[in-house]
Amino acid sequence: MITRTTDGFGQLGERSQALRSKSSMPLRDGSRIAVIGAGPAGSMFSYFLLNMAESVALDLQVDLYEPRHFCHRGPAGCNHCGGVVSESLVQRLATEGIALPDDVVQRGLESYTLHMDVGDVEIATPLHESRIAAIYRGNGPRNSEPMDTHSFDGYLQQLASEKGARIVRQLVSDVRKHDDAMQVECADGSVDDYDLVVLASGVNSRLAKSLEDLAEEHVSPALTKTFICEFRLGKEVIRETLGPSMHVFLLDIPRLEFAALIPKGDYATLCLLGDDIDEELMDRFFGSPEVARCFPGGVIPRHICHCYPRINIRTARPPFGDRLVMVGDSGTTRLFKDGIGAAYRTAKAAARTVAFHGVSADDFREHYWPLCKKIDADNRVGKFVFWVGSLVQRARFARRGVLSMVAREQQQSAAPRRMSGVLWDLFSGSAPYTDVFLRTLHPAYVGSLVRNLVAANLPDKNRDLPRDPGEERA
Amino acid sequence: MATLGKEYKDREVIVRQGEAGNCMYVVQEGEVEAIAEVDGREMRLRKLGPNDFFGEMALFGAENRSATVRALGTARVLTIDKKSFLGGVQEDPSLAFRMVKVMSQRIRDLTDRLAEHHLKG
Ligand SMILES: Cc1cc2nc3c(=O)[nH]c(=O)nc-3n(C[C@H](O)[C@H](O)[C@H](O)COP(=O)(O)OP(=O)(O)OC[C@H]3O[C@@H](n4cnc5c(N)ncnc54)[C@H](O)[C@@H]3O)c2cc1C
Repeated sequence: MITRTTDGFGQLGERSQALRSKSSMPLRDGSRIAVIGAGPAGSMFSYFLLNMAESVALDLQVDLYEPRHFCHRGPAGCNHCGGVVSESLVQRLATEGIALPDDVVQRGLESYTLHMDVGDVEIATPLHESRIAAIYRGNGPRNSEPMDTHSFDGYLQQLASEKGARIVRQLVSDVRKHDDAMQVECADGSVDDYDLVVLASGVNSRLAKSLEDLAEEHVSPALTKTFICEFRLGKEVIRETLGPSMHVFLLDIPRLEFAALIPKGDYATLCLLGDDIDEELMDRFFGSPEVARCFPGGVIPRHICHCYPRINIRTARPPFGDRLVMVGDSGTTRLFKDGIGAAYRTAKAAARTVAFHGVSADDFREHYWPLCKKIDADNRVGKFVFWVGSLVQRARFARRGVLSMVAREQQQSAAPRRMSGVLWDLFSGSAPYTDVFLRTLHPAYVGSLVRNLVAANLPDKNRDLPRDPGEERA
Repeated sequence: MATLGKEYKDREVIVRQGEAGNCMYVVQEGEVEAIAEVDGREMRLRKLGPNDFFGEMALFGAENRSATVRALGTARVLTIDKKSFLGGVQEDPSLAFRMVKVMSQRIRDLTDRLAEHHLKG
C-alpha cells in the first residue's frame, strides 16, 4: 500500500504544477535513495546511478529492497518472463562493459523459426552469430534439478551490490511523503527516510497499483494477463528438435498477438501474449498441429511449471513526482517486446536525471519523461503493426506470401532481406516499431511482397518453396 | 552453460587492416591481438581480453580498418552494429562514456610509447 498524506504525492500531475516549487532538488554527498524491487529495472538503476555518481565524485547511499531470493527454483525465485534478452540489449550491455556470463546464458540464440499453417521458415541472425540470450530470471522451473547456471536477475542484483548498493531483503508495504523526505515502511514494521524513492516493483506487485487511489492525477499502467509454461525436454532433444532457434507461431487464433517457444538448457519456455489469455485461447493454441510439430513425435508433453503474469500495455502517467520516479514496468515498457531492454533504458534515463540534475518532478519531467513518451509513441505504432500482423494471421493467402518472401530471401544470401529483416526486428524487439513500420512502406518491400503474394498463390506445384502442410493434407 | 558471440580459432583473423568495416567488437572470452602491418612486417599494438573492444573507429567515420585483429588461442567475440550503437548513443550519450575513457587511455599509452621511442632514438 502507498499512503496518501496531507500533501499526498502533490507534484505527481500536470494539474499540480502550479503548486510545485521551482527549485531543483539536487542530491548531495550522503543522500539516501530507496530502490524498491531488484528486477532488471531496480538493479540496473542502482548500478548505473552508483557508476555515474562515482564519476562525478558524489557519495550516495542506495538501498535496494527485494524480498525474493533469485537462487530459488520455481515461482519463488522468478520474475515470470520468456527470458529472451534482445539482440540490442546484449549489444548495449556489452558496450557498457557488462558481458553476460556463460553460466547466466541458458542458450545463445542464432535464429527465429516462424511456424504457420502454410509452412515453416527459419530466419538466421544477420552474421550467423549467437546474438540473443535465453536466460532464466530465477533459478529455473519448479521441481527442476539443480543447474550449473544462474539467474539473470540475481546476476544484475550482484552487479548492483558490487557497485555499493545495500541489499535489503524486505517487502516494502508502504511509501509516504514525510516533511521533505520520503518514508519507506517494510512488512516487518521498520521505517526509513530517503531523499528519493525509485519504484521498480514491476506490475505484479500491489505497491504500484495503489498509487492510483492516492494521487488523483496518477494513472497506473494498463495490464493484461499472459501465460508462461516450461517443458522438460532434455538437452539432446532440444538440440535435435528446437536447436538454437526461437520458435514463433503466426496462427489464426483471435486475441493471440504473439506466441513463442524458447529453448533453454534442458527446458523450453512457452509464452503466450495477447488480449487476456484464457483457457479457450490456450486450448486452441495447444490443439494446433503447428505447435505439436515442434515437439518430439508431434506430442506436446505436460508442462512442469506455469504462471499467468500480467504485462504492461500502457505507460503510467506521469511516472514521476517530487522525490519519486517509476522505472521499468512500473513506469513504461515496450509493447509485448524487449521489456528487459525497456527496463534498462528507463533505469538509465532515470539514473542520469538523478545523478546530473536532481530529483524534483521538474527534473524528471525534463530529462526522464521524454524517453517514456518516446516509448509510448512507438507502442502506438506497435499496436498498428500488431493489427496488420493479425490480418496476415487471418488470411491464408497473405501467410503464403510472407512465407514465400522470407524463404526466397533466406535462400539467396546476397539479396536484400526485407521481409526477414522486418520479421527479425519484430520478433526480437531489436528495433523500434516505427522503424519496422517505415521499412514496410519502402517501394522495394511492397513490390517484392506483391510479387510473392501472386507467385505463392498460383496453383504451381513446382514452385521452389517450403511445403504447405495444408496442401499435403488436401 | 551457453555462450554469446562467435568463436574464432587461434590466429584466425577477425578484422583485416585496410578492409572496410561498419561494426565494432567486444571480446567475450579469450584473448585477441591487434597488429599493424607496415611494409610487410607485423607490429603488435596491443593484446585485448574479456570486455575489451576493438574496431571502434569504424563507428565514428573511419571506413578502413587501421589494424588487423586476430585470435590468440580460441577467442569469442560479439559484434556491435554501427546502427545499433549510434542509435543507442543518440538516445543515451552516456553509452559512449566507457569507450571515451578507454580510447583516451589508449591515446595516453600511444603518446607514452612515442615519447619513449623518441628518447631512445
Ligand atoms: C509472459 C511474459 C513474457 C515476457 N517475456 C519477455 C522476454 O522474453 N524478454 C523481455 O525482455 N521481456 C519480457 N517480458 C517483459 C519483462 O518481464 C518485464 O518488462 C521486466 O521484467 C520488467 O522489469 P522490472 O524490473 O521493471 O520489473 P520486474 O521484473 O517485475 O521486477 C520487479 C521486482 O520488484 C520486486 N517487488 C515487487 N513488489 C515489491 C515490494 N513491495 N517490495 C520490494 N520488492 C518488490 C519483485 O520481487 C521483483 O523482483 C515478458 C513479460 C511477460 C508477462
